[in-house]
Amino acid sequence: MFKAIVTVKLRPSILDPEGKAIEHALQSLDFQQLSDVRVGKEIELTVDAADRDAAEQAVDDACRKLLANPVMEDYTIELQELTS
Amino acid sequence: MSAPTFGVVVFPGSNCDHDAYHAVKHVLGEKATFLWHKDTDLQGVDVVVLPGGFSYGDYLRCGAISQFSSIMKEVVRHAERGGHVIGICNGFQVLTETGLLPGALLRNRSLKFVCKQVRLRVENAETDFTRRYEQGKVLQIPVAHGEGNFYTDSDTLRELEDNGRVVFRYVDENGEATEAANPNGSLNNIAGIVNSRGNVLGMMPHPERVVENLLGSDDGLGVFASLAESITGSVPALS
Repeated sequence: MFKAIVTVKLRPSILDPEGKAIEHALQSLDFQQLSDVRVGKEIELTVDAADRDAAEQAVDDACRKLLANPVMEDYTIELQELTS
Repeated sequence: MSAPTFGVVVFPGSNCDHDAYHAVKHVLGEKATFLWHKDTDLQGVDVVVLPGGFSYGDYLRCGAISQFSSIMKEVVRHAERGGHVIGICNGFQVLTETGLLPGALLRNRSLKFVCKQVRLRVENAETDFTRRYEQGKVLQIPVAHGEGNFYTDSDTLRELEDNGRVVFRYVDENGEATEAANPNGSLNNIAGIVNSRGNVLGMMPHPERVVENLLGSDDGLGVFASLAESITGSVPALS
């Protein structure tokens, strides 16, 4: 069993208005050293798979079919083996 | 051919389904029926209407979950056979998620839900969805969405523009596609597009909300009248 953490973000070429709004708020709070804010979402799931490759493949398939929209989003997958 | 039948899909969270049904059945005087999202049969309808609303709560992404409903498998098959499909607002989002139309609808540039009357210019009056309009006519139709910011890669954008597939564009009172007239940040002020075959249209504005003068305007009725005419080959009498 694995725990997967999928992070989905707008592709770098796409303006992220939510990130921009947060960036402006940070600047108004005098966080001048913080910039390039991008907002994404994190999806946690448990994967019942024999090994890491199979788990990665299942989650990647789910990302391409549903969890991310490749027209506008990129995703990363992080896997942790669960010890029972 | 006999009178066309319009099937209005009802997803959990659809909220413009009755408006579309009313426009077709009571204003246009054509046959209309509802199609439940769990149905596996289109009941022989000629036109599928994917209505506005918040299908499946807009969870994950607008339209992302709807694409896997039972009825959508049939809608895709209908479109592949050349059947007509119109997606309005959330319906447009469902069509891009399903892949029947290219691109995606991103969060509005303003981050705000925009609910107001806008002006649309008919960019292509030769489609099955717009043949009742004059080319270049400016319509007043409302928008009501938080994610209507049309985006696609530059190759697809060129392909849409070069082939008359941009059907509606947001314009100002002079009919010009200005930044100020763009309610959501859509590329090239795009408000509605059609697929390459010309049988699937998606648009963010709501033509079903302006179909009779009692509602302030009947500028939107032409979309439904055009579809009826395209299917029967005859001109429906409008009151």
